[in-house]
Amino acid sequence: MSTPLLEVNDLKKHFPIRAGFLGGVTGHVYAVDGISFSIAKGETLSLVGESGCGKSTVGKAILRLFDITGGQVMLDGTRIDDMPAATLRPMRRRMQVVFQDPYSSLNPRMRVRDILAEPIRNFGLAKDSADLEKRVGDLMDRVRLPRDAVGRWPHEFSGGQRQRIGIARALAAEPDLIICDEAVSALDVSVKAQIVNLLQDLQKDLGLALLFISHDLAIVEHMTHRVAVMYLGKIVEVAPKRELFAAPKHPYTEALLSAVPVPEPGAQRERVILKGDVPSPINPPKGCRFHTRCPYAFDRCRQDEPALRQTEPGHWSACHLHDRPAAENPLAGAKGAALIAKH
Amino acid sequence: MSASILDPKGITAANVAVAPTLPDIMPPVKARKGFFGFMRRHPAIAIGGSLVLLMVLVAIFAPFLFTTDPTALAPARRTREPSAMYWFGTDMLGRDIYSRVLYGARVSLLVGFSVAVLASIIGLTIGMISGFIRWADSIIMRVMDGMMSIPPILLAIALMALTRGSVQNVIIAITIAEIPRVSRLVRGVVLSLREQPYVDAAVAAGTRTPVIIWRHILPNTLAPITVQATYICASAMIVESILSFIGAGTPPIIPSWGNIMAEGRALWQVKPYIVFFPAIFLSITVLAVNLLGDGLRDALDPRMAKRL
Repeated sequence: MSTPLLEVNDLKKHFPIRAGFLGGVTGHVYAVDGISFSIAKGETLSLVGESGCGKSTVGKAILRLFDITGGQVMLDGTRIDDMPAATLRPMRRRMQVVFQDPYSSLNPRMRVRDILAEPIRNFGLAKDSADLEKRVGDLMDRVRLPRDAVGRWPHEFSGGQRQRIGIARALAAEPDLIICDEAVSALDVSVKAQIVNLLQDLQKDLGLALLFISHDLAIVEHMTHRVAVMYLGKIVEVAPKRELFAAPKHPYTEALLSAVPVPEPGAQRERVILKGDVPSPINPPKGCRFHTRCPYAFDRCRQDEPALRQTEPGHWSACHLHDRPAAENPLAGAKGAALIAKH
Repeated sequence: MSASILDPKGITAANVAVAPTLPDIMPPVKARKGFFGFMRRHPAIAIGGSLVLLMVLVAIFAPFLFTTDPTALAPARRTREPSAMYWFGTDMLGRDIYSRVLYGARVSLLVGFSVAVLASIIGLTIGMISGFIRWADSIIMRVMDGMMSIPPILLAIALMALTRGSVQNVIIAITIAEIPRVSRLVRGVVLSLREQPYVDAAVAAGTRTPVIIWRHILPNTLAPITVQATYICASAMIVESILSFIGAGTPPIIPSWGNIMAEGRALWQVKPYIVFFPAIFLSITVLAVNLLGDGLRDALDPRMAKRL
């Protein structure tokens, strides 16, 4: 297998909690606590999980918007997490980001032209000012906005249009990977569909890889090649979309999927209702992090932390159930298949 | 309006329930362009701005506005009531209060504007450093907390006690007293702007930190600072008058509104006009500057820029 475009190894990000007069560190938020995954060129990987599980932190850590606590981030085989800022700057061109909130992701005091020109100038992509203007115009075409809107201010656009500008800005750097941090979550349904289609078209045309961070499983199913499920700073399952949606190999994924509404009146689905709240990432539970809410937890789950390992080709899961005989493993069968058969 | 929607597809008014025509909730808006349109949309700026402008013109052209030497003594004509000869009357040394009040505007405006500009620039610098350099932040902010725990007037009095009374020293003293407020404001704005996704996007787009500060942070701090500066200007004029009134500010030889009021204080029950005229000028000027500040606060929000 060739080198993946992005490889994340045992990524950790712990935020110190400072308190008191002198600001001494009294604890840590274990936002991301040792996760690994990779993205191939042109692939879409979705990172899903409920809010507060550390999804966005992963995205920002890859972009190196802050320094990570441990682990490695490799872009095309080059380690970037410990690179000095000056060496990293040209590498940044290859990874761009689209944020959730279309309102705060554009500087209100810059015209669209300047917003789009910023990455082009920074990375020296334009030969001269005419080329710059042409590139800006092409970007507007790409995201299907009128070319003559480049002289306008962000506040003159709607949420969906702003999100297109955000995407155009990401494309301006001619990246290989775009990290979409809840990029469509703040939009209403019809606009969401347009943006999702736009992203898919761009991916097809430009061969982009996408890291699609989302909590919306319906969109994820539509968009993605593979899915990584996160819970409390850990990846609990990684699998190709079809397999994950058909036969989840982790109790948390199973519960997540059972919460997706069935788009059919009267259809019933066997709901797995999780009890309690997500434990605090300041003081995560011992053993398997999910054992406090897992319907299948047994003694070992409270002691040992399960490793993420392959249960089927390409399907990775972090659950002790897979060590048990198939008869005692509620996840062994294709139980989920019935739920998803209609898709 | 309802007719044009319903008509074409063979639907007749007979077989549908037609809602009564709605009143025009949003009447068509005629956008007024240019200076006068802007002033119409922002009456606070129009009123405040013109009063401030008037005051500035009065201060600049004081010698040509039928004034006499504001320091000329005339003991024979002291404490005259306002008249055609002495528009605002004379004080107990026979000096013309009209002339003194007009020249006094120079001191007040000079102090107000200088303090506003100086405190904004210094506060902006300190606030920026504080917002961007983590280790400096805790030190700077503790010092600012310490300064803010002293009432600004008291701090200014204390600083004036250390030096000779002069307009320059008054400006320095009030500036020092106002700096903590500006730097706190700037720091807060910078900290919140640093967390904005567009700043993260700029970092991801390879923009260097100085450029990020210049292009993404600074322009977005200017609006709150400008508004704050007008309030500081108003507050500085009041503090200057208070300092002069208690004899800790502008030396008595220079006519300032505080000085005139201080001198008229002993006589205010029998000759109230001595205090009244400088007081009314001070009030109007402070009100005008505050109005201007409120207007700017509303107008400088870019989301408001295209309103109407």
